[in-house]
Amino acid sequence: MLETATRSKKSATSKPAPHERFLEAFRWMLLARTLEEKLVSLYRGGLITGGVYVGRGQEAVSVACGLFLQKGDIFAPLIRDQAGRSAFGEPLIDVTRTYLGSRQGPMRGRDGNIHRGRPRNNQLAMISHLGAMVSVTVGALMAKRFHGEKNFVGLSCIGEGGMQTGSFHEGMNLAAVEQVPLVLVATNNHYAYSTPNDREFACHNLVDRAIGYGFEGYSFDGTDLSACLDVIGGAVKRARAGRPPQLVVASILRLSGHGEHDDASYVTDEIKREPFARDCLKVTEQTIVDLNLVDAETLAEWRKDADAQVDQAISAAQKEAAPEADEEDWYAISTRDLVDSLE
Amino acid sequence: MSITYLEAIREAQAKLLRDDERVFIYGQDVGGTFGGAFKATKGLAKEFPGRVLNTPISEDAMVGTAIGAAMHGMRPIVEMQFADFSSTALNQILNNAGTHYWRTDVPVPITVRLPSGGTKGSGPFHSQSMESLYAHYPGLIVMTPATVEDAYTMLIEAVAIDDPVVYCEHKYLYYHLKAEKLPTEGLPTGRARIAREGRDLTIVAYSAMVHEALAVAEELAREGFEIEVVDLRSVKPLDTNTVLASVARTGRLLCVGESFPWGGATAEIIARVTAQGFHLLDAAPQRLNAKDTPIPYHPNLWSAHRPNANEIARKARALLRE
Repeated sequence: MLETATRSKKSATSKPAPHERFLEAFRWMLLARTLEEKLVSLYRGGLITGGVYVGRGQEAVSVACGLFLQKGDIFAPLIRDQAGRSAFGEPLIDVTRTYLGSRQGPMRGRDGNIHRGRPRNNQLAMISHLGAMVSVTVGALMAKRFHGEKNFVGLSCIGEGGMQTGSFHEGMNLAAVEQVPLVLVATNNHYAYSTPNDREFACHNLVDRAIGYGFEGYSFDGTDLSACLDVIGGAVKRARAGRPPQLVVASILRLSGHGEHDDASYVTDEIKREPFARDCLKVTEQTIVDLNLVDAETLAEWRKDADAQVDQAISAAQKEAAPEADEEDWYAISTRDLVDSLE
Repeated sequence: MSITYLEAIREAQAKLLRDDERVFIYGQDVGGTFGGAFKATKGLAKEFPGRVLNTPISEDAMVGTAIGAAMHGMRPIVEMQFADFSSTALNQILNNAGTHYWRTDVPVPITVRLPSGGTKGSGPFHSQSMESLYAHYPGLIVMTPATVEDAYTMLIEAVAIDDPVVYCEHKYLYYHLKAEKLPTEGLPTGRARIAREGRDLTIVAYSAMVHEALAVAEELAREGFEIEVVDLRSVKPLDTNTVLASVARTGRLLCVGESFPWGGATAEIIARVTAQGFHLLDAAPQRLNAKDTPIPYHPNLWSAHRPNANEIARKARALLRE
């Protein structure tokens, strides 16, 4: 469907043209927002067990993470990367099956929500311990180098909360030591769960860390889709071309709770007035309207299309059976004859 | 020619690097001209350029990198400089490697080598035996070779296994054990070995404690007792059947392990034998572990902290009297 997302209806305008993949990116953002809003309704209706974690406000950064990766590249998304996962190629049905507990999902009921992944398709399955996936991405890139592959990159996502873990530090340092083509996309959404920046770190700007590790660093406004596409797209290009590992740091406000169980009452009114607190989806849409990139009718069609895709993925997953405990093999290792048996 | 336990580990790695291009070795000081704190990789960096790589002091990232590489077709061997330092990589080993196959259906074939166990003067942070801790978590295989032959064949097998393996090599055995030559094949992983046959008492041990148990068996033979010694070889999977069969012959069980006493491999064996073979027992099963304190530095304290032949003999005699 995205092949049709051209700027054919763009009318003459004197304003500067946005990034060439702006509209394509917008549609992934719209799809992610639509999906996550429906997941939230299902959660509120008691139809989802466990948590729901959304990327509201982070879609512009996230979509740029998925958009510039090619076949063979490694993607290590994190908690708020629905837009990026979709742009990278994750089918919607993977999301709905995982959240709704279908036995046919990639995690088969063994793990839930944002921990899903398809390592065989180079989309790594995050663990909850933040920073841990950075070195895993480094290892995947080293494997590609050992195999003699060329022209690949890995992109690993992190938040400003995860940047304070020892694991993150070790992973970032090792990436530079190994000189692997890694792009680290850090999104400062200003809260680690409920803890604001001033209790998270004390450096002037997180991007300053780049030089300390031997990375190239860039920071940008994560509510500005063109900036996200320019900076992340540029970092991917530089990493692919053999430049040192890249750290890019986006500034946004998390426009939700940590999860949907959290009302985020600790987010201050003051911070909500900051420029980085804008809703990137609304900003993007406003740009589309202002520059008349497509007409209102097309926008409405896109919305309808996103709704239809999401509805279909949800209803398909809802029809599928749940995993059954008595059908599980309960083997945590693949080598069956080495399973430690208490029988 | 004779070959030590440590040389067997080096030779196994040389063979693996020679035979399998997916293998690389990753760890602190393993590369260059140094060849590891214990020289387990001596000369390998020169022989296999680009495949024996020094790392920063970053245990977490070393294992994380191995996991990523293993997922993408490699067979990494991570050398921890000392088993004790693997505690800073617990998250990657337990939560990432240990859960990955279960969660995603994609196994993670990494081998993490842990130079384990006490030597005189090494103190609380260079002496630990962590097999019980790793065995507690799902998704890992935990090997504890006690002989030169097993050190060699089990390391080769560890790398061949599609799942994460924690390979506990005992530092005390590095130089103390010698064999005439390297074997071409060994028992399969998961199979315990009867190290000495007997009919009066079964001592189940693994790693360095097998040799303490064998010394005790020799000593008690002079008193007319025939002690059977079972070498577990791997604590996970645990060969319960071989242990039960031995207890069926002897009626008495003593389990000896070098890790800390709370829970662990010895408690697991006793729990299984009691649950499945209570009727086989003529006396309450006993166990012996290190003391429940950090491992002391001074040799006088250290030699009393871990189970030793004297203490095993004392416990065995008491059990034989029952």
